[in-house]
Amino acid sequence: MKVMLIGFAATIVIAFAADELLSNSGFSTPEVYSGPAVRLD
Amino acid sequence: MRSVLSFILVFFLAFPLVAQEQKVDRASTGGAQTLEDIMARQKGLSVDDNDRRNSTGGPGSAKGITDQLGTLGGASDPELWRAIRYGSANAQSASNGDLGPVLIQSAGMPWWKFREGPLRTYGGFLLLGTIAALLLFYLGRGRIPVDGGMAGTTITRFKAFERFAHWLLAGSFILLGFTGLLSLFGRAILQPYFGKELNSVVLIASKWVHNNVSWAFMIALVIVFVLWVYHNIPNRTDLVWIKQGGGIFSDAHPPARKFNFGQKIIFWGVIVLGASVSASGLSLLFPFEIPMFAKTFAILNDTGLPQAFGLGTLQTEMSPQQEMQLAQAWHAIVSFVMMAMIIAHIYIGSVGMEGAYSAMGNGEVDEKWAHQHHSIWYDEVKGKVSTKEPAE
Ligand code: HEM
Repeated sequence: MKVMLIGFAATIVIAFAADELLSNSGFSTPEVYSGPAVRLD
Repeated sequence: MRSVLSFILVFFLAFPLVAQEQKVDRASTGGAQTLEDIMARQKGLSVDDNDRRNSTGGPGSAKGITDQLGTLGGASDPELWRAIRYGSANAQSASNGDLGPVLIQSAGMPWWKFREGPLRTYGGFLLLGTIAALLLFYLGRGRIPVDGGMAGTTITRFKAFERFAHWLLAGSFILLGFTGLLSLFGRAILQPYFGKELNSVVLIASKWVHNNVSWAFMIALVIVFVLWVYHNIPNRTDLVWIKQGGGIFSDAHPPARKFNFGQKIIFWGVIVLGASVSASGLSLLFPFEIPMFAKTFAILNDTGLPQAFGLGTLQTEMSPQQEMQLAQAWHAIVSFVMMAMIIAHIYIGSVGMEGAYSAMGNGEVDEKWAHQHHSIWYDEVKGKVSTKEPAE
């Protein structure tokens, strides 16, 4: 039961980590779909 | 297996991947479409469009440049539009890479119809049918008991790390399953009742969850594979299990090692289908970056299998958009099959069988359960235990 909850928690942690990592390494949708001439922020 | 095949069939019927090679005499209209063509198209039948596809003019038919019509070039407006319609126009685009020059995307419509129609219908019925079948099984067979009652003493079946990997896989899969179903059915099922705003909020959240939780699933899939592959290699004991029908509809308890043949099917199903949804999922997650269907079809064509099954030669030249559409279709089909399989697995691992759940709960199973369902494994574990503790 405890291990099950740890597994579920890890699912959530991995999801947020993936979101952070991909957004910060140039894989956000705006970055992928805009040309170099577009200033995003 | 039958459901897999029928899905594959639906899949190929939904996409006009097979080149049609019938010759139609259109002399009466000078090569243009005939009334029969129009009628056939209205009935949704396939029409030989080769004539229009190929009547796109060319430099060869241009008048000389000093001729009166010389400046008009070799293609009339209808010819130019036909070339655009069938994707053979020499379109150039300064932006959007390979996507820009695709001005009309014919494969989009059949794909959309497939997603709105057969995919939802057959997929939905596959899941509901699986649940109904399990309900019937439960009503007929009831909960499979431990014969003669529990022993009261337990042995360890799965270590904490194995259970962690299982629940990482299960937690992520269930989230992916629900959010995936929402993406497919939200507009059809949520929107009419709850309105567009709520549907939109739910789907945006679903998409975030689906895109990001996928990584947990992929990581768990790799761990589970490494942990359990050794115990899932088929062996001779499985033949006994198959001969006795796994004891599913009888009171037989065929001998088994750590995993019986039914579980091996689940394991390999999860690994193979899971790898396939992961691959097509990555292709969808990084749009247009990881096309895989043209290549896969080329390899399939070389095996001669599609031809042998009457599917003809599969299309190996396709637009980037078509690649994405096929990735979506395949991702959804494989997921449906996997969800059906997992529903059955969840059933047997929880309500369906007395004593099974604790294996993944606290890792311990009752000795009587272990002896009845995994006799060889049980004896092995007991053997090891008694050699370690000879005083017993
Ligand atoms: C709430 C949902 C689930 C429950 C209650 C559950 C329960 C179980 C149990 C009790 C076992 C151990 C069986 C034994 O002792 O021999 C097991 C094994 C396993 N589970 Fe699950 N499970 C669930 C969801 C999932 C999901 C979603 C997946 C994969 C996507 C999965 C994949 C596996 C695999 C591959 C095995 C090993 C092979 C087998 O025993 O069939 N499980 N599960």
